[in-house]
Amino acid sequence: MGKIKSFSGFIAMYIDGFKNLTWGKALWIIIIVKLFIMFAILKPFFFPNLLNQKFATEEEKSEYVLDKLTENHNTNVKTIKNESD
Amino acid sequence: MNQIDVSLIDWSRAQFALTAMYHWLFVPLTLGLGVIMSIMETLYFRTKNEKWKRTAKFWMKIFGINFAVGVATGIILEFEFGTNWSNYSFFVGDIFGAPLAIEGIFAFFMEATFIAVMFFGWNKVSKGFHLTSTWLTTIGATLSALWILVANAWMQYPVGMAFNPDTARNEMVDFWAVALSPMAINKFFHTVISSWMLGATVVIGISSWFLLKKREKEFSLDSIKVATVIGTLGILLSFYSGDESAYQVAQKQPMKLAAMEGLYEGGNNVSLVGVGVLTPGKAYNDTKDPFVFDIPIPGMLSFLATRDFNGYVPGVKDLVDGGYDTPDGKALSVAEKMQRGELAKTALTDYRIAKKAKDERAMVEAKQRLDDNFAYFGYGYFKSPTDAIPNIPMVFYAFRVMVILGGYFLLLFIVVWFFNHKKKFENLKWLQYVCLWSIPLAYACSQAGWIVAEVGRQPWAIQDILPVMAAVSDIPTSSVQVTFFIFLVLFTTLLIAEIGILVKQIKIGPEKSDTI
Repeated sequence: MGKIKSFSGFIAMYIDGFKNLTWGKALWIIIIVKLFIMFAILKPFFFPNLLNQKFATEEEKSEYVLDKLTENHNTNVKTIKNESD
Repeated sequence: MNQIDVSLIDWSRAQFALTAMYHWLFVPLTLGLGVIMSIMETLYFRTKNEKWKRTAKFWMKIFGINFAVGVATGIILEFEFGTNWSNYSFFVGDIFGAPLAIEGIFAFFMEATFIAVMFFGWNKVSKGFHLTSTWLTTIGATLSALWILVANAWMQYPVGMAFNPDTARNEMVDFWAVALSPMAINKFFHTVISSWMLGATVVIGISSWFLLKKREKEFSLDSIKVATVIGTLGILLSFYSGDESAYQVAQKQPMKLAAMEGLYEGGNNVSLVGVGVLTPGKAYNDTKDPFVFDIPIPGMLSFLATRDFNGYVPGVKDLVDGGYDTPDGKALSVAEKMQRGELAKTALTDYRIAKKAKDERAMVEAKQRLDDNFAYFGYGYFKSPTDAIPNIPMVFYAFRVMVILGGYFLLLFIVVWFFNHKKKFENLKWLQYVCLWSIPLAYACSQAGWIVAEVGRQPWAIQDILPVMAAVSDIPTSSVQVTFFIFLVLFTTLLIAEIGILVKQIKIGPEKSDTI
């Protein structure tokens, strides 16, 4: 069998390879079904990007996360300041 | 953050642990088998002996099945970042994004391109080009692991970044500090090289099965010859890199080291616990003996942690109470760190108020306070100093499982290599059975390593900066429970599919490895 010497030869190698799959077909079915479940079912229905879903801009996302990070702490801060006084 | 339900945190952690551990069933075999099959093809290239081509092809088939079933299972972890850990995901920003982007664009496509040449290119490209493609597939898989581990190491030891209070994101200021941090380097070598052990065990176990069935004698003994050498080398290098990792943990995550050793009260000349049973229900500050039973190795923990047999190693109580000497002065207690964390959070709030009021002077002052206390930012979310303590029994026992099995595999590889070298292995049925049934032990060893690394660093999503209670998304616990069980079913199905296809192809054997 002649060796591949051109880019089109490489493409033909890929096409031949996929055409002549035997037990490898089962693997490709697993890969395709898995990717379908992940990207067509799990991602849109169970795993939305929470911040992208709620907010349109980066500024809004930043504000939300900053709100979450600083939520409910002012009371504690006063306590610490009082203790140090 | 204080109103986040504990069960939400626990379910979110359980879900992440489940998906990460399932993903890690596939990855180490890809890494380990990749090196072994590449060496076998190199032997074919150098000797021109067709038996090595046949051997390499069979293990490539096993590699291909594992790769196909495991590929993209890690992407689910990225889904979880966006949904279940959205605060964390936004907070880490560029730091996590850059290594993962490099992984996705460079390493993954390198693997995907050359794996096709590896399977479809026999007799169609030159032997040298085919061998190069095989090695590049293995190197691509290893580089994928590198960038994931760089990101993981940053979470354990955050360096090369600066927090931007305007965007709530950590921004990378020094890429090389992130990529070449000692934590990242050690984690990469320890994780990848320990995977060689798992790959070698699978090769030796399956080859033993052929011998037990009185099939493929030459193929099996040749496979075992290569696998025992790679396995022994992998274990020895894993011990070395593991020692370096433990030293880094002692410096950067002393609470994790204390949990690994069940060390409640530290001191100088501290013993390493070779084997031990922890006292159930022990609290960090009670007077109970930490161990029901233990076999200590005097001075060894001090040596491993400080490179000095008389070095000081803090225990859980010392770390919580503080006050011991460190190179930077007296160690702060967790309560003091909690105060510094609160000061950092106050400064962040003040900064935002000043920004809204367009008071630049107050912004500069608040930013300075934030920077001064940011190293303890995460402690501001604790309700009690005991929040800083991880699950000690889980970390302690997982560490011993990993180390004891590591020792077992070193012994196994040496014994199998010896008998194979003396041409006696083919007749030692009992040893062939031991090799076959050692396959699940290799996975247990590998998973135990991750339990030590990830449970040991709790409660931190990012060490000292962001605990899991602040990193988790405020979503209904029930939705996390539902997806937990969806993943359990999905991954178990994939695992059953992999094992089914593997068993079928192993039974067929190397004679039909020309097809894919």
